[in-house]
Amino acid sequence: MSWPVLVAAVLVLAAGTFAFRIAGPLVRERMSVSVSPDVERLVAIGAVVLLAALVATSALLDDGGPAGVARPAGVAVGGLLAWRRVPFVLIVVAAAGVAAGLRLLGVP
Amino acid sequence: MRSIWRTIRSSPDLGRDIALVCAADALVGLSFGAITVGAGLPVWLPMLLSLVVFAGAAQFMFVGLIASGGNPVTAVAAGLLVNARHLPFGFTVGDLLGRGWRRVVGSHIMTDESVAFALAQPDHARRRAAYWAVGVGVFVCWNLGVLAGAFGGTVVTDTDRLGLDAAFPAVLLALVLPSLRDPATRRAAAAGAVITLVTTPFLPAGLPVLLALAGVLLALSGRRGGATSSPSSSAPESSEAAR
Repeated sequence: MSWPVLVAAVLVLAAGTFAFRIAGPLVRERMSVSVSPDVERLVAIGAVVLLAALVATSALLDDGGPAGVARPAGVAVGGLLAWRRVPFVLIVVAAAGVAAGLRLLGVP
Repeated sequence: MRSIWRTIRSSPDLGRDIALVCAADALVGLSFGAITVGAGLPVWLPMLLSLVVFAGAAQFMFVGLIASGGNPVTAVAAGLLVNARHLPFGFTVGDLLGRGWRRVVGSHIMTDESVAFALAQPDHARRRAAYWAVGVGVFVCWNLGVLAGAFGGTVVTDTDRLGLDAAFPAVLLALVLPSLRDPATRRAAAAGAVITLVTTPFLPAGLPVLLALAGVLLALSGRRGGATSSPSSSAPESSEAAR
């Protein structure tokens, strides 16, 4: 692929991504007078729902298929520690450590 | 901007958590740079993508499609679909950005991590500080990582061996968990996650995550059903009792 085509593709992706990112803040300002607490709450729930969906897919799936055992196990341990309100650093290190350790033992 | 720094300084735990996520992102960036160049693509491509697109999942997808000989229109469309979730994210964090150049910069540094960190904070000042600190921190670390990976080559191409693929879902999970204590939010999130998982095999990447938003309807209907018993006031008490 010639590099001008590649640069153009990157710039179109960048422009589109930026449009997605700034649309929310712009529209929100337009409606700032009229946003009711109910709408505010729904929007916040929407963000949590999106993040939870990202957690589910990135923990369980890889390229549309199952992600194996090590990764879901690591995330599950991290989730359990988070539920027990263990400090954030330990949660992240434990999740990575469990997944890496299982792989070292040959678990996919 | 000074108030953001002050807020972060006054809560060392938050600063440490943010630094950890930035370090993990730098390692993934390192692998992104190395993988892209290793696939025979020009050394400027990962760096340009990381500066102007700045969205990890979309960047990996774009590069994967280009490297396997896909046409650029498909690669752009796939990347845009993966990034469409930033639109609803923007509604949530829109009040943390300010106006003018701050809104432009603040929008560009919007990521899953910065949104999740902001949502997990108890008040507006800390939400704003967390959003900006994570956004700027990850932008700098991600780009430095990609730069090092593009030139340094294959030191860490397989971040799965370090378990980083498990660390990122765990980061987001830890950050959304407090929000899930609210029953309506928990129902919506569970429904959304199921919708996403079930539709993923049949739909292009990015779309299943957006469909999760249908889960919000469940939160709405649940609220309407229990409106007379005022679930928002009774719920915290029952969850306290359960603990």
